[in-house]
Amino acid sequence: MPKIKLPTKSPHIDMTPMVDLFSVVLTFLMLTTTMRQPEPAPVDTPSSSSEKSTPEFNTMTLLLSKDNKVYLNFDNYNVLGQDTSVAFRPKILVEMGKRYNIEFTAAEQAEFKKIPSAMGVPILKMKEFLDTKDLKARTALQTGIPIDSTDNQLADWIFCTRTVNPNVQAQIKGDAKTGFEVVKRVLDIMADKNVFKFNLITTLEGKVNLAEIQK
Amino acid sequence: MAEIIQEEKAGGKKKAKKHAPHIDMTPMVDLMCLLITFFMLTTAFSKPKIMEINLPEKIKDKNVEPPKISASRTHNLILGPNNKIYWYTGTVKPEDYNNLPPVTELDFSAGPNGVRQIMLDRNKALFKKIADFKNQVLTGKIVMPADSVQKAISRLKTDDDTGPIVLIKAYKKATYGNFVDILDEMSICGIARYTFVEIAWYEEKMVETAAGIAPTPTPARK
Repeated sequence: MPKIKLPTKSPHIDMTPMVDLFSVVLTFLMLTTTMRQPEPAPVDTPSSSSEKSTPEFNTMTLLLSKDNKVYLNFDNYNVLGQDTSVAFRPKILVEMGKRYNIEFTAAEQAEFKKIPSAMGVPILKMKEFLDTKDLKARTALQTGIPIDSTDNQLADWIFCTRTVNPNVQAQIKGDAKTGFEVVKRVLDIMADKNVFKFNLITTLEGKVNLAEIQK
Repeated sequence: MAEIIQEEKAGGKKKAKKHAPHIDMTPMVDLMCLLITFFMLTTAFSKPKIMEINLPEKIKDKNVEPPKISASRTHNLILGPNNKIYWYTGTVKPEDYNNLPPVTELDFSAGPNGVRQIMLDRNKALFKKIADFKNQVLTGKIVMPADSVQKAISRLKTDDDTGPIVLIKAYKKATYGNFVDILDEMSICGIARYTFVEIAWYEEKMVETAAGIAPTPTPARK
């Protein structure tokens, strides 16, 4: 019996449909993507049944990390990277500098404007933070905003933010494991500055049928 | 002249057609896979949600008395350690610190021991009112445009004088997650009146007794 000769030619798979599909997915992802901002500390937000979305601008976000540090972020750009009409961030920095007799150069202001994430740098270290380009050195400087009653920089930040942008809405983004004492302290500071309305940032845990429950 | 050029072009095309071009697409596919993976990992698909909360204003003027609320409708929920809630009704005066009322231990579940059952139970009267109202609208006893029905319902909620008034307090070992959870429960249970207030020292003591924690020395008892 003669052996059946197998074709030695390598099979040619037509990859065109696959490439087509990939292109579609890729285009979709590229168009819909909003980049996840790197945060100075990982934060696992608690879940809730609320379905309201976060506002995109006029926000001031307080980040409360698991190790009880406070970071602050203000929007200047919305998520798509467009300027929301006015650049608030440099103005807030200048305002803050005035209170602590620190003068920030134009370059430093521009740098402050560019930072995409929350910051937890004590104001006296802010110049150093903005001047350095080294990421590791920057991370080392993020020790959290002081909230002690003797050195209450958070209150000053809130005051300056509200002076520059009166429409700002306070948002709290906390880790579920953050101790309540810090939260309480932050709420007290806000109340002292006459901020009584907050948005707590949460993740959606699944729809709750209110009509069913509230029978 | 033009015709000649056309002819030449046609000739060229034919040549190209002779062997079907096989472009190796593997590198392109590789790259696309890489990009897709990158975008899928960096994309924040679910936008974070928010929960609104209003805190009571601080009364700075000592002459202004805090509003009076009826004790029987007052429910105190104290967020304790280990994701527990301690619940008691009514009010406690600092004078009776030797004779503190017992607290009930609840958790965040929807089960029989959960805070949801208790609050839904206490809020039944309001739900019944709303259901009755809806029924009357449906059966045509009350005639009103659709958009004012919602308004009327929310008015029912704010004017409610039977439902619970919930005071949320936090023991120092509670977490932010507990705080968000309890506020969420309030909105799920449709509690019209709830607020967050500071915990009193005798309430801390009540939690400590119930949870079996060594009591913290209390500062000057006024």
